[in-house]
Formats: sequence, C-alpha cells, structure tokens
Amino acid sequence: MGSTLAEKIIAKASGRESVSPGEFVTCAVDLAMMHDSGGPRRVEPILKRLDAKVWDPDKVVLITDHFVPPVDAMSAAILDLTRKWADANGITNFHDMQGICHVVLPERGHLSPGMFVVGGDSHSPTGGAFGAYMFGIGATEMAGVLATGSIWIQTPETILMSWKNQLPEYVTAKDMMLAMCGKIGMGGGRYQAIQYAGETIRNLPMQERMTLSNMAAELGAQVGLIAPDDITVKYVEAAGGKVPETWRDFQIEAAENPNNNLYFNAEKLSPQIAAPHSPANADDASEFCNIGFDVAYIGACTGAKYIDLVAAAEVLRGRRIANGITLKVAPASLRDQNRAKDDGIMQVLQDAGAEFLSNSCGICAGYGEDRLGENQVCISSTARNFKGRMGAQTSAVYLASPYTVAASAVTGTLTDPRLLLGE
Amino acid sequence: MPRLWRLEGTIDTDVLAPGYYMKSPLSELATHCLEAVRSDFSQSVDQGDVILANANMGVGSSREQAAEVLKYLGIAAVIAPSFAGIFYRNAINLGLPVFTIDEALMDIPSLVDGAKIRFNFDAAELQILDDSTSISLIPFPDFLKELILDGGLVPHLEKRFQTEGSPN
Repeated sequence: MGSTLAEKIIAKASGRESVSPGEFVTCAVDLAMMHDSGGPRRVEPILKRLDAKVWDPDKVVLITDHFVPPVDAMSAAILDLTRKWADANGITNFHDMQGICHVVLPERGHLSPGMFVVGGDSHSPTGGAFGAYMFGIGATEMAGVLATGSIWIQTPETILMSWKNQLPEYVTAKDMMLAMCGKIGMGGGRYQAIQYAGETIRNLPMQERMTLSNMAAELGAQVGLIAPDDITVKYVEAAGGKVPETWRDFQIEAAENPNNNLYFNAEKLSPQIAAPHSPANADDASEFCNIGFDVAYIGACTGAKYIDLVAAAEVLRGRRIANGITLKVAPASLRDQNRAKDDGIMQVLQDAGAEFLSNSCGICAGYGEDRLGENQVCISSTARNFKGRMGAQTSAVYLASPYTVAASAVTGTLTDPRLLLGE
Repeated sequence: MPRLWRLEGTIDTDVLAPGYYMKSPLSELATHCLEAVRSDFSQSVDQGDVILANANMGVGSSREQAAEVLKYLGIAAVIAPSFAGIFYRNAINLGLPVFTIDEALMDIPSLVDGAKIRFNFDAAELQILDDSTSISLIPFPDFLKELILDGGLVPHLEKRFQTEGSPN
C-alpha cells in the first residue's frame, strides 16, 4: 500500500523514504507560527536560559490576536513585549493586530502544500486545509523548535472522513464538523491524522475547508488534512504564496487502514447545533427549537471569515435582530473585514443591528473584558463551548454555523435557518 | 500523605487554566485551577498528590499553563485512560509525568477521590495504601522517560547543548 498524505509529508520532513504509523521521527520544521499569548512572553525566558537564538527568523511568523485589543496594563505590556521581541529577533513576518493567526497565516501566503508546520495554538490544524502538516504545540515545545528547528513526532495513523454528494442549501462545513463531533466525540481523533476527502470536500471553497481542518482540534486529532487541488493552488498563489512544483505529489486521498474510514452523506445533512458544554453534543438544529438566548456571536478563526460574514448577511439582509438579543460580530481578519465592507456585507450586518468587535479572538477565547455574564446563554459560530470558556461559569454556549446563528438572532430562539430562508 | 484526586467529567484546558486569568502570573492562575469543577482543589492540593482523570484529559487549548499549574501546585502525576495530544506533549515537556491507564482499571473500587496513595514514577505504578492495591500504568518509551527525568524539555536541551554545543 502507498503512503498516506500525512506519511508523505512526515517522510519528507524527516528526510526518509517512507515512514509507518507508530514510528517516532524527528522532523525539520518549515515554519513556526506563534501568537501573543503563547509566543514571545513565554519562549523568550527559555531561549535566554538555553542561550539560544531563533534558528531561522524567516521561518517564523508572529501574529498578535489574543490580547487584542489590550484592555489593561497587563495585556498592553504583553503586546509591547511581543513587538520588541519581533524587532530584536529580526522577525519580519510579524502581523500586528491584523486578525486571528489561523486566518492571517494563509491569507498572507505563508502556507503551501507539503509543508511541515508547527503553531503555538490548538487550532493550528487549520493549516491542514492547504495540504500542510500543521499542528499545535505549547510554548516550551515552541522554544525547543525555535532553538533547534526540529521536533519529534510519532507518525500517526490516518482516519479518513469520506464525504459524498453535495451539501444542501444553507448547510455548511461547520454543520459537517458538528455532525462529525457528534458521531466520534471529542477524543475520537485519538491524536491521529484526520483527512477529509470525497467530492463534498473537493467542491468546498478554501475558507470552508479551513473550518473543517480548524475543528480537527475538537475531534482530538493532531492534524486535519485536505489533499491539495486546483482550488488550493489558486488560493495560495492569489495570497502571494509559493506553490512547490511538486505539489501534485501530495494529492493523496487514501488511508492506509480502511478500518479507519468513516463515511458521510452530505445530501442528508441538516443544520447542526451543539448544546453546552461540548461540541460533541451536536444534533439537528430543529431539535433545539424554542430555546431562548441572550447573545448571538459571529466570531473566531472558525466562524467569522469572509465566507462566514457573507452567510450571516444572506440571512440578515432586510431583517432585524429580535428584541432583547445582542448580535456581536468579530470579523476574523482585517482583510476579510475590508473585503466584506467593500461588498456591502458589513453594512447589511450593521443595518440588522449587529455590534462589531475587533479582529481578534474576542469572546471565543474569553481573554478580554467582553465576556458572557452570569447565566447568559449564547449561540456562537465558534469552535468550543466548554463550561466558562466565553465568560461566567454559569454561562452556556450553543455552537452552530453562521447561517444558524444569524437566523436565531432574527427569531430570538434557536432556529434552523431554512425556516427563514425557505427550503 | 499524598492523596488521589479523582476528577469527574471531562477536564478541559479552560477548567485547568481559565482564559480570564491567562494574563496573570502563574501563582494567581493556579488559585483558579479546576475551580469550575472542584472549588476545593487549589486550596487543599498538596505536594506529591496524584490526579486520576477520565478519558481525553486536557482537551482544548494549547496553553501549557494547563499542565504547568498542576506541576506548580505539586501534582506528582496525572493518570487517565487517554490524553488530549497537546496537553500530553506539554506535560512531558514540562517534566510533569502523565501516565495512561487501562480503561478497565478505572473501575477498581479503591480508586476513590481522597484515597491515600504512593506513586512510583520509575516503576510506572500507583499504590492505594488503604487496601494495598497496586496498579500498573502504561510505561513511556525510553526517550520520553529520559526527557521527563531530566525535568522536561528545557533542562533536557540544556544538557544536550552542554555536550554538543549550542546550535547558535
């Protein structure tokens, strides 16, 4: 049997002909991405202690998004430290307050097929949408990468999530993802390589693919890969990235072990909602009707990219949010926000009654002052609804697609968007 | 005498290291560790105590403070049927022993919250003193054992750079 996409990239990064599942190897890192929370403030003391410098400043991308906007002296000091560190270490790939790292990284052309990439954030599997082996690591391990340019991994098995047929109207990658979380649970990925494959995936635009790869984290996988194709190449080139001539070598849509294949039919999928406090509590949106809430949130790397804003606007055009509901929108990147502005999308959202937050992790990370209050209920286009993550311990979060969040904001109760938009 | 902390439900990184306190020093963050599920934990935990958690321990964010606070509070080992990948790597890199336990052993009656215990890293063994039960945990591959014994990735690299010379 041939190699899987994961094995192919790991073999290349470890300088071997091939690798097998279970094998421990040391890989050369093509790119290391960090943000302001797990980045300089945590790695700098370790590098000092090791008396080590960044192995290759051009292979580091630094992005501020967690303590943005700074709300007090401590968060302002963290951002200040981050900027000074970038300057002192010659990091030219520094994107300061331009949006959330997982969206900014590919939009600035840093990712391409076949790369072996580490990110200092758990949603780093997002990079898998570009056919890059990208996974999240903690700060100490990041310091190790910065000092040595390498990292050990255990070659994973590949779990193939095979999707056939077309998604119905108003059903999205987010709904696919919640359905997969519901089916295999948050640990179901077993820290293996998940690969999304099949005609449904091939027909998804890049930003929808990113939602799938992003939430491989919620499936407990190390990576969430999608084999590159013409859509990938077009995106990367438009972003100013360099696509290697060998990219077709990574066009692999197979798993080593067919027992690890899971099959889904997109045609049969309905909009999904995941109940508090786990993405695995997913079911058809229609099962949650008449549940009231306080805040609707379109945000995060998972659910506030340009394509997500477009989906929300499709629902909200000519409509108003219900009385007593707050709709908050935090576009995932400044570039996506500007594009949405040029296209009139931001105006539609504003006319419907949306409030805008900055292009950062916002309420999803719960780091800032904008958080859910005691007993508040939220429906959110984000990835995680753990207890207390977005605010008070007594708050509760339902997860859904931007369509479902927007439709629910209009009616004031959790709503299948097709009820508003017509089947 | 070290005790066992048996945690119910799924323990995620937001419960271990709540986002709102992530900008605070570790000493303050530690006082909020597990407060959403075990409000007595950070006050009562003692040096050498061991945590027994359910499957997928440490699911969620990559913040290594989730493992770091446990080490800071004196936890000698975290045992679970399975771990979230990033938490597992972070714990090893910080020199916090994380041991996988056969799921079937979770039902042993004396594995209760508050049980008096003795933990042996080298033998990968947890002893329950109340009824002298001995539980074998799944051992690490040698190179990871060495990493933990060195005290984590940083002292491990320090040692390596001293022998091989710093890469820079």
